[in-house]
Amino acid sequence: MPEDKTKTSIKQREWYKVLTMGMWNDHPLFCMILGICSSLAITNKMDNALAMGAGVTFCTVFGSLFVSLLRKVIPARVRMLAYMTIIATFVICTDRFLKAFFPPISLAMGPYVGLIITNCILMGRAEAFAIQKGPWLSVLDAIGCGVGYSAVLILMALVREPMGFGTLLGQTVMPKIWTNWVILTIAPGAFFLLGVYLWILRTLAKKTE
Amino acid sequence: MDSSNPLIIFLASIFTHNIALVYILGMCPFIVISKTYKSAVGMGAAVIFTVTLTAVINWPIYWLILVPLHSEILAFLVFIIVIAATVQLVEMIIEKFFPPLQASFGIFLPLITVNCIVLAVSLFMVLRNYNFVQTVTYSSGTAAGWSMAIIVMAAIKEKLGLIGDIPSGLRGPGITMIIAGIMALAFIGFAGIITL
Repeated sequence: MPEDKTKTSIKQREWYKVLTMGMWNDHPLFCMILGICSSLAITNKMDNALAMGAGVTFCTVFGSLFVSLLRKVIPARVRMLAYMTIIATFVICTDRFLKAFFPPISLAMGPYVGLIITNCILMGRAEAFAIQKGPWLSVLDAIGCGVGYSAVLILMALVREPMGFGTLLGQTVMPKIWTNWVILTIAPGAFFLLGVYLWILRTLAKKTE
Repeated sequence: MDSSNPLIIFLASIFTHNIALVYILGMCPFIVISKTYKSAVGMGAAVIFTVTLTAVINWPIYWLILVPLHSEILAFLVFIIVIAATVQLVEMIIEKFFPPLQASFGIFLPLITVNCIVLAVSLFMVLRNYNFVQTVTYSSGTAAGWSMAIIVMAAIKEKLGLIGDIPSGLRGPGITMIIAGIMALAFIGFAGIITL
């Protein structure tokens, strides 16, 4: 009996709700249209998408954690500046880490690593969640959003790299007869693909409601 | 140091290297604020003003303070603080001395701090080793290019609203992405004209 009880109540628990909120209901990209720039610009290669997803997740988690820990100390008037300083610190860590251990990826992403600072997801989570709730829940919320966001990046790269370059993570996957769709590797392809994804997802979401 | 003619950089940053449609930056306001033509114009004006101003402030800070002190690692932090402070300052000045301007683009100023193109311009300026004159033309050109893109987008969306026969799942951001894709295709046509 007690085991049965935990099974049914897991969905009611707050930590579960918080964790899955960002992955589906409140998905940062599809529902709130945040953080689009980086998701479009760097998803033409799978390794860039993975690095970006990991970077954003890392910065969101630690940004939220520290905003949440400092929430009683940060004065309301300058909270935006405080978020930015905290976030920028972790973005610098990410940038240095990529430069040191993955120089080719760092070179390919160029300024987009630095632009994680202005990714609205980070600010959004800090303002909407971390400033009000405790550190434990804030970290879960950040993980949920980070994972949800990374999933979309991977989904985009999964279409763009094989069809645009004929490769996946640098390995040739398409048969020789395949002609690369160069358009998918540059900006217009990214716009069309995200447009189509949004269309499919919104239609599906409406049906399940 | 990049030795391109500042005028060429200006034109290139508007057309061949348009920051919205080639580098895909500044998308959040591009989608949200392009609902009406009027607000797009206000946002565009505010962006031109802030982007040029912050780039002009960040250039000496980077080359005259951070580089001699070997603290380039702090660039992100310093840039974003300068941007946030500048925006706040401009907002206060406008509120105090130019109330009519406040009504037209004052409300867009707080949003600009998190607009990626402001930071992106400062980062690109460092990455490409622009000198001061090049930075001025690059930042104003980039901002003008972005404003042009959002104004065109708003105009298209207003006309589209008149037809109003879009599948329900595609409404809002979905159709904006498709239009942006078509606009980006058109901008590829400029690609060969100027090479940086």
